[in-house]
Amino acid sequence: MLHCDQLTLRQGRRTLLQPLDWKVRAGECWWIAGRNGCGKSTLLATLAALRHADGGHIRLCGQPLPQLTPRQRAQRLALLPQASHDAFDYAVQDAVAAARFAWSDSGDTPQRVAAALDAFDLGRLATRPLQALSGGERQRVALASVMAQDAPLILLDEPSNSLDLAHQAALQQQIGRWRAQGKAVLLVSHDLQLAPACASHALLLDEHGAHRQYPLAELGAEHLAAVLGYPLTRLHHAGHPCFLPGHPS
Amino acid sequence: MSHSLTLDRPLRGALRLPTLPLLTLLTLLSGGSLLLACSSGSIALGAGELWLAASGHGSTLADTLLSLRLERALTAWVTGGSLALAGVLMQSLLRNPLADPYVMGVSGGASVGALLALWLGLALWQVDSAAVAGALTLSALLFLLARRDFARSSGTVLLLLTGVLLSAACGALISLLLTIAPDAQLRGMVFWLVGDIAGTPLRPWPWLVLLPAALLAWWQAPAINLLALHGDHALTLGVPVAMLRRLLLVLAALLTASAVSQGGSIGFVGLMVPHACRLLCGPDLRRLIPAAVLSGAALLVLADTLARTIVAPMQLPVGVLTALLGVPVLFWQLQRTRRRLA
Repeated sequence: MLHCDQLTLRQGRRTLLQPLDWKVRAGECWWIAGRNGCGKSTLLATLAALRHADGGHIRLCGQPLPQLTPRQRAQRLALLPQASHDAFDYAVQDAVAAARFAWSDSGDTPQRVAAALDAFDLGRLATRPLQALSGGERQRVALASVMAQDAPLILLDEPSNSLDLAHQAALQQQIGRWRAQGKAVLLVSHDLQLAPACASHALLLDEHGAHRQYPLAELGAEHLAAVLGYPLTRLHHAGHPCFLPGHPS
Repeated sequence: MSHSLTLDRPLRGALRLPTLPLLTLLTLLSGGSLLLACSSGSIALGAGELWLAASGHGSTLADTLLSLRLERALTAWVTGGSLALAGVLMQSLLRNPLADPYVMGVSGGASVGALLALWLGLALWQVDSAAVAGALTLSALLFLLARRDFARSSGTVLLLLTGVLLSAACGALISLLLTIAPDAQLRGMVFWLVGDIAGTPLRPWPWLVLLPAALLAWWQAPAINLLALHGDHALTLGVPVAMLRRLLLVLAALLTASAVSQGGSIGFVGLMVPHACRLLCGPDLRRLIPAAVLSGAALLVLADTLARTIVAPMQLPVGVLTALLGVPVLFWQLQRTRRRLA
């Protein structure tokens, strides 16, 4: 679904990402982990064509990324950005419905919007203005918009930000459903419990642009600890791997 | 929970009317303002006299009054509509409810261009072209200086500051032009600058700007909604962001230039009208664009009628009235923003 060939990212003279060969297939969920400022969000922005790659090529669903029109890209890829700022008081359901822009209306928009609102427990808030929402509610609106966009590749930048526990669990289930539907998910997250529970693979980025790829089963605490700069312990909990800070002793 | 949802009939709060009644109401208001403008003045014309004059059977005096007043009212109509639409487009483009052609300096740019042409003693069409060139130059400058501020929430302040600075620069240039202008041109320049519709002949091209611009903006409304919602990230939802921004910038500049060349600097219509309309019909541009054009037009027709009757036989410049109305609205908006930040 997504092919990166020698993809390189730079910021000024600093290398954020050394040449990366990477394949993301349908049904996979990649956890992208690394310290603050190591280039995780920049990587997502590049994949979403919000900025140019500084080297290498990206192919999305078999086609070179720069050759796709914005509408074609939006039909293939959805991005949940890290922060959003609302200047105007759109209603929740209008904001979610607007995410259907790339698709010509075949009459199923109301059902899709209702399903997306329902998946993130927003039914009661549908007519509320965005500016009246709390941080967690606003984040759920952004997630519902991503769902309504219905793209096969989903890029999530810190999706569990400001979500309470129950809604984090709902997010985890939704990522599971997306994978079962054959969508691929890229997940940037600092959540050492949610991310390993959702992911099938991990891409670790260090501060010098070096990177390693692991199937999640082979991701050891020492690999992650080396990248995050803090000792970690790998546990198995509630049917999923997870990581805890510190040594077991 | 979703079963109780009725998405085909959006509920947007008690104040907000459904689209059709709202637009019908505003159309009637807009037409009514024209009738009022035609009937009121030093010699009031009743409905019967208006009807006779309009059908060509009235007295010579009524005929003359009607054609003079209608011409002036139509000029006010198209100017007000253009200013309100320019305000809506600039606010969406800059993702900032405080943007308006007057605050951001675009009308200042148009004024500098037009005053320069007046100072040089050029013909009317050259004054118009100079206003367009001034507005476009200033918009381009604003866009170039502030293009990185669109996406960030912290960019709002930088963006407004940039506009305020450009506006101040235009103000200085205007003062300079007025200082060095010969007496023969000075009176015309000052009167032009204050914002007045009196004596402006009815011209076709402001209509040729407003109507296509409103249609184009309305057609692009879903994309502009996304730009207002998401800024740069609208690209990932399928909006050709760079192209749309250029389109909005050019439309807003053309509308501002057209309004400024007809009525001088008429402040705050572009700020007040979109605000009032957002309260009535919400931020969705498919409703907001027609609502703002109709109410902007009605507002300026009414303000102009008031300006020429309130202290008759003296006539006030209409810009004075709109500014006096606009400043409290701006204060109110700032207060709302303050409360939200607190």
